[in-house]
Amino acid sequence: MKYKDYYATLGLAKDASAEDIKSAYRRLARKYHPDVSKESNAEAKFKEMGEAYETLKDPEKRAAYDQLGSHAAGQDFRPPPEWGQNYAQGQGGFDDIDLSDLFAGLAARRGRANGAGGGARGRPQDMPIPGSDYEAMVRLSFAQAFNGTEIDLELSALEWDPQGGMRRVPHRVKARIPRGVTNGEKLRVPGKGGKGMNGAPDGDLYLDIEIAPHPLYRVSGQDIYVDLALAPWESALGTTVQLPTPGGTVSLKVPAGSPAGKQLRLTGRGFTRGSGTPGNLFAIIRIEMPTVLDDRQRELYRQLAEASNFDPRAHLDEEAAR
Amino acid sequence: MNPSTDDAVRLDSVTEVTWTQLVSASGMPEFEVRELVRYGALIPRDPDAPVWTFEARWLVVVRTASRLRRDFELDTHGVSVVLGYVERIDALESELRRLRAQLG
Repeated sequence: MKYKDYYATLGLAKDASAEDIKSAYRRLARKYHPDVSKESNAEAKFKEMGEAYETLKDPEKRAAYDQLGSHAAGQDFRPPPEWGQNYAQGQGGFDDIDLSDLFAGLAARRGRANGAGGGARGRPQDMPIPGSDYEAMVRLSFAQAFNGTEIDLELSALEWDPQGGMRRVPHRVKARIPRGVTNGEKLRVPGKGGKGMNGAPDGDLYLDIEIAPHPLYRVSGQDIYVDLALAPWESALGTTVQLPTPGGTVSLKVPAGSPAGKQLRLTGRGFTRGSGTPGNLFAIIRIEMPTVLDDRQRELYRQLAEASNFDPRAHLDEEAAR
Repeated sequence: MNPSTDDAVRLDSVTEVTWTQLVSASGMPEFEVRELVRYGALIPRDPDAPVWTFEARWLVVVRTASRLRRDFELDTHGVSVVLGYVERIDALESELRRLRAQLG
């Protein structure tokens, strides 16, 4: 098991008061909570500090943590023998769990013992305990999100062993992702979280969808945007282009006189969600200028300049005077 | 063992969840979830119905509420205020994504 320095995580000395611990946590939570922070490593950082705070704010867990002794962060260690007697009875081994699992086990055992409370059954082992909900990040390609896909997740779950200790076990889930999921969307796989105990229901698995950027397509809600590069004469005279879309290549007619920035809509070529109305694909016109002109092309531009009375800056003086 | 394949369910405004499912997903005591409804942070399909049902998208909100409640040690009124800001940030980010998608 790897040692974690919970005091250092919260920027505290080992003799910090309960008030110091709370203040340090609140200061850092304000900065790193994933629901309100946009720091790049907020989620991982908050997980570390949340774990440290969960242990240090509880006097019993803090005492148990302090008795693990001092080690370098990340160093492999084993709790002293008497530690297991005092705090982790029934815990089989310490090799396949994390330090946070150890304290989660301590809290759960304490909860079960308190939960007995002279209840009708009188045996904490019989109490129904619903399974925990799990959450997992799922990164999909654009095509997987557009078409739907099946995923195979290998998770690690914390569960009770027959001796009453905690252990980590592999938790494999296969799930069908519906077509048309979007970036940041959450999905639920009912009953695929932690195992419920003594007749209580299993938890659910929540999936956070993240879609890898696509070199061509940009997504907003159900709509897709794609740049359509045109030569100046194509923009002026109109043309028909073969445009790749996620549903296949389409022939797109560009009207004559289409300016840069104009959006050509392909209805229903966006993301489809269930049986609802599909989104649209927008081709946004960009005018690309040739960077090198030969003598003839330069001459043709010169002739065009002479023949045209078009002034793209005609509005400037009038609007500047307002 | 090869597990069976389960459907991942969308948490949108089409799918419906019961009050019991919402409370269970929150991990909060029922009376606290009821307070969130009272403060307008969660909205039943029909607030006057004898048994409340919700659009499944509220599962995401109630789980956020639960995290904010626990991690910031807020009361339910504080949670409902923060949820309002989170909702505004979500709307602004969605608008930003749309504009970025258009700009390229």
